Amino acid sequence: MERREFLKKTGQAAALAAVTGGLGLVFHNRETSAYHPLVAASPDFTIPADPLFPTVALARRDDPAQALQAALDAVGGITRFIHTGDRVTIKPNVGWDRTMEQGANTHPVLVAEMVRRCLDAGAAEVIVSDISCNDPRRCFLRSGIRDAAEKAGAKVILPVDEDFLQIDIGGELLTVWPVLKHFVETDRLINMPIVKQHSLTRCTIGLKNLYGILGGRRNQLHQQIDQSLADLASYFRPTLTVVDATRVMHRGGPQGGSLDDVTIENTVFCATDPVAADSRGAEFLGLRGDQVPHLVLAEKSGIGTVDYRAAGYVEVA
Amino acid sequence: MTIKAVRNLRRASQIMFFVIFFWLILKTTFEVSFNAADATEIKLPYPVSIALEFDPLAALMTLLSSWTLYEGLLWSLVVLIPTIFLGRFFCGWVCPMGSLNHWVSEIGSERLSRKGKNKIESNRYRRYQRIKYYIFFACVGAALLGSLQAGLLDPLSLLARSIGTFLLPVLHTMTAGALAWMKGLGWPPLIGGAQAVYDLLTATVLPYRQAFFHGILTIGMFFLVVLALNRVFTRFWCRAICPLGAMLGIFSRYAIFGLQKDERACDKCNLCLERCQGADNPDIGSKWRQAECHLCLNCQASCPQGALKFRFFPATAGTLTNPAPTPKVDASRRKVVASLVGGLALVPLFRSGDAFEKNTSPFLVRPPGAMPESEFTARCIRCGQCMRVCPNNALHPTILEAGLEGVWSPVLIAKIGYCEPTCTLCGQVCPTGAIQKLTLKDKVGDKDTPPNRIGTAFVDRGRCLPWAMATPCIVCEEWCPTTPKAVYLQDETVLDRQGREVKVKLPYVDPALCTGCGACEYACPVADRRAIYLTSVGESRSPKNQILLERVRR
Repeated sequence: MERREFLKKTGQAAALAAVTGGLGLVFHNRETSAYHPLVAASPDFTIPADPLFPTVALARRDDPAQALQAALDAVGGITRFIHTGDRVTIKPNVGWDRTMEQGANTHPVLVAEMVRRCLDAGAAEVIVSDISCNDPRRCFLRSGIRDAAEKAGAKVILPVDEDFLQIDIGGELLTVWPVLKHFVETDRLINMPIVKQHSLTRCTIGLKNLYGILGGRRNQLHQQIDQSLADLASYFRPTLTVVDATRVMHRGGPQGGSLDDVTIENTVFCATDPVAADSRGAEFLGLRGDQVPHLVLAEKSGIGTVDYRAAGYVEVA
Repeated sequence: MTIKAVRNLRRASQIMFFVIFFWLILKTTFEVSFNAADATEIKLPYPVSIALEFDPLAALMTLLSSWTLYEGLLWSLVVLIPTIFLGRFFCGWVCPMGSLNHWVSEIGSERLSRKGKNKIESNRYRRYQRIKYYIFFACVGAALLGSLQAGLLDPLSLLARSIGTFLLPVLHTMTAGALAWMKGLGWPPLIGGAQAVYDLLTATVLPYRQAFFHGILTIGMFFLVVLALNRVFTRFWCRAICPLGAMLGIFSRYAIFGLQKDERACDKCNLCLERCQGADNPDIGSKWRQAECHLCLNCQASCPQGALKFRFFPATAGTLTNPAPTPKVDASRRKVVASLVGGLALVPLFRSGDAFEKNTSPFLVRPPGAMPESEFTARCIRCGQCMRVCPNNALHPTILEAGLEGVWSPVLIAKIGYCEPTCTLCGQVCPTGAIQKLTLKDKVGDKDTPPNRIGTAFVDRGRCLPWAMATPCIVCEEWCPTTPKAVYLQDETVLDRQGREVKVKLPYVDPALCTGCGACEYACPVADRRAIYLTSVGESRSPKNQILLERVRR
């Protein structure tokens, strides 16, 4: 064999060996878990406390939009919460394929009014979204929320698989979980729950409404629902909680169906403290806030006060 | 109009009908306008199953098996009556499955067997083409005893089913997977481009949510084999298998339109045979077969001598070198009788076994509004439209759950999707009435009307968290949509492993209230096999498959 040929042949083999070995080294991974969840940019959407305004303000009006306006003005008006250029995400409860009268979803008029307020305050974009339990297309249609919110100028986004991010919520129980990106990639988060009975948590209002930002098999959280609700509330902190108590569901919650289970209360309240908001809301169901375990746990983790009167409460005349 | 122009018209017609068919299947999905006024009763904006209602085979077979011609199936006469005068124009000009076979057959091939002399020989009439008549008569036999088997091989059902439950879901998985992979590569221009393509597909062909189908592998394999056979013989399916083609062939017995051959003009170039789709012997020297001809007009258009002409009342006199054409179907009477008897015999074979009512699978939960099983099997053509339209992906093609008789008929798999209480779309799209049209009131009931029930839920106490594991959970109750809730809870204090007291709420199902929607099974957090599950007992359509005494009708 000639020297030239020997060099060529061994050279070829050596090159292939080098590439093979190199690729093995490049892709070699000593970590046995290659899973790196995202950490949300800023899940804390709260604004600084202001002693001039109450923590919870409640208004009763026959017209839901007027009730919202009155309660909102009492906590400082929309300009306290939304500034020019903000991207705002509104999270109503659009969990179920139910009509407005059945009281399972947030009143569409309230959602639309809130959208208009935010746009008036100069919001760059208002997104309305929720991860419904039933088929989201049906829920957003039958509840009237898609129609009302779009007419008011919001961008209504139904959840699709591609829009979920794996987020480390860092709770005691809730750790890495898929979250719809519209609730993370935003400047302001407005939680708009409705007051309903729930057989495990006793009531479902604002804290429970935040479940709707989670994807995955979130119903597995029911095993330790109180702790997981407290974890979620400690991490995702909305700018404002606007509670719809125009209709209150006393039985058959959270899905309902029968008009006999719903009473008409014509009430709306706004709160900067999510725990205080829920504590006030629980009274519509004949509960005190300290009888609701997830509110007590949430207070312990320092995100709010169960005693809403002590936190600062007004009822608008 | 020259013959070449008419041939181009035929090509345009094939493309147009294929596009219409495909578009109708795309529109068989829940995408109504979000106008709140439409919310009370959700309806599809288009008659999406109309293509299937023009199907004479579905019409004839459901007529034989149920003795009614359901609703829109009368449209099938628009195809059948012209066929009596003209022959199988439907196969050559309209049928979307036929067109697909045509195109797959004609895609360029380098194989010698598909060229020149080999191709000419493969396009001569062969005895294998009789098979379709025997299949057709076997289907007639089965239909006479109330079992509709033609739907398995009906080209329109076949294509609707294959597009809706196989092609589109697979396309969805592929594109979503490709997008995720490209995102993983992390090169922005690539991601942007891929996202744009994906957005275009979701805006046009892909449904809002990825659908998963239980019987997809069998449906997909069948469809791909049908397409692949075109690579062996041109339009093999149309020539040899298609029972609709057979039926139209039989009905063209008295056609007044046909091929007239001029033997003096012919110079035996055989170009007619090379281009023939139906293998019906257009050449001089053999007997032209009306029942095999698709009226594609390729023979006339490719004849350089002008020796072949399609015309009304063609001359039928034969000579020694040019045998007279035959309008008759080439099927031996004996074998026709044998196939008919075979088809008849299939039914007792199906029904003496496990599947039919005696030992039906408890998990055979039929869609809401489905007729009693015997009438259901007499009508379901397995077109898959109900599965395609179901907004929750709840309906799936069976494999053997409904026995051999019910292959690819719809079954509700609550673990994948539950029956939306206010939804009536499956009945709206069913072309044969196997699933009846329900109004919203029929479906959910009111104070005087019971709701439509499709089954009953049962708690599996060995897997349920509160029952078996001293762990709180109420998800099934939370999801139960009836008023009052059929799933109810009883407070109980149980001991955990350490002997500590744990307060739990134990779920029970009230069979008088349960409608069998399966929402509880869908939502149950015990992921693999759910701790609450749906079976068919209690279904409105059956007087026998009941638990409660007051519902049993004798």
